[in-house]
Amino acid sequence: MLGQAMVPLLLTLKVATFATLLALLTGVLFAFVIARYRVPGREVLDAVCTLPMVMPPTVLGYYLIVVIGRRGWIGEWLWDHLGVSLMFTWQGAVFASAIVAFPLVYKGARAAFEGVDRQLENAARTLGVAPSGVFLRITLPLAWRGILAGGMLAFARAMGEFGATLMVAGNIPGKTQTLSLAVYDAVQAGQDDLANFLVAVTSIVCIAILVGSGRLFKKAWA
Amino acid sequence: MKLAVDIRKTLHAMDRTFTLDVRFTSDDDLIVIFGPSGSGKSVTFQAIAGLVSPDEGQITLGGRTLFDSAQKVDVRPQARRIGYLFQDYALFPHLTVRENVGFALGDPITGHLSLEAGQAVSELLRSFELSELAESHPKQLSGGQRQRVALARALAKKPELLLLDEPFSALDPLLRDRTRRELLAIQARFKVPMVIITHDPADVELFADHLILFENGRAVEDLSQSARGAASSDRVKELLSRLY
Repeated sequence: MLGQAMVPLLLTLKVATFATLLALLTGVLFAFVIARYRVPGREVLDAVCTLPMVMPPTVLGYYLIVVIGRRGWIGEWLWDHLGVSLMFTWQGAVFASAIVAFPLVYKGARAAFEGVDRQLENAARTLGVAPSGVFLRITLPLAWRGILAGGMLAFARAMGEFGATLMVAGNIPGKTQTLSLAVYDAVQAGQDDLANFLVAVTSIVCIAILVGSGRLFKKAWA
Repeated sequence: MKLAVDIRKTLHAMDRTFTLDVRFTSDDDLIVIFGPSGSGKSVTFQAIAGLVSPDEGQITLGGRTLFDSAQKVDVRPQARRIGYLFQDYALFPHLTVRENVGFALGDPITGHLSLEAGQAVSELLRSFELSELAESHPKQLSGGQRQRVALARALAKKPELLLLDEPFSALDPLLRDRTRRELLAIQARFKVPMVIITHDPADVELFADHLILFENGRAVEDLSQSARGAASSDRVKELLSRLY
């Protein structure tokens, strides 16, 4: 049973790790721009960035098929020029999980950036430091706890992703079958022992992550 | 060092608008800007430091143009070589006293101090009596210590002008008098011209070689030392009483 659980567990950790990194890079960028610059259409952009949090995962999955599917906007180019398709691959699952996890990073990072006193950034500028240095030496160090906490929530969310992943990457054992998909299969097949074991593994990992991020959040506002 | 300010800026906050229209020139080493809160003193400082762009006008310091709307010059704050002591000191909470003081001297991206810069920081810490607190964080310091850290930090890169926004208002009244004298000693040692914002008449008495009175976004009176003379202290008192 452990062997049956190990394959989806390792795949889930791999997918969730890459998805979280992707969500962190893009989420932090968007959060910083929206928190610090008066970009036109700021409110609409904020709503779009939050959308994956409230939309049904199947709808997100459908959007993803439109974009990265073999006849999708990006997918067609990838297929014609590079001969690759993200559909039904673990990389496709990464994309699906990253989109679902993105709002958690974005929300956390935006609140963290907005919590950084602008006066400190101003002080750094009068001390002769350029904006890149101000960001790396003042803004990011003062916001990193909030960003990290958002990243951990995103990781937990990415681990549990089901709907969008199913639509984009399918449910191929050993290839794209993550923990949540394996649980579904086990229950459908009446393998209660396996289902129980998979559910327990998933729960323990998620609880560990939430406890960890809760501690970070607490320190962030102390 | 001659400072010339001639700027206009309209600020909007909620449903109110505030118009700043300020003009003054001085080559004194101690300039005091005095006026009630909301008279535009801090915005003027931010414009001199480059943190706020005026709508129009010029700012020059010792022949260097820092801002000129006609010529589209707006030197970035990091290139102005102007020190700024913020009212609440704005110390970096995540850095030690040593890292705060050495902030301007470290590597622009990593903050790493070279051997030479490290020695300069140690020297500054010694002269501001902060050596023992070098590894403390701002949270652990008293008000007076925080101010010394902020001053040392602002002076580390030898600015051509130091702006001090109500430098004594956050201090214990008992400490203010001593700190005023210390600031005069620092001015003499670093030979840096200072502009001080205050609404405490005691600061005017001690610091104003050149006194500029602000009211409703304008520099309404401008008294340099030569113009003031000894007899003018009555005139200053009269002006101060009018503002209160």
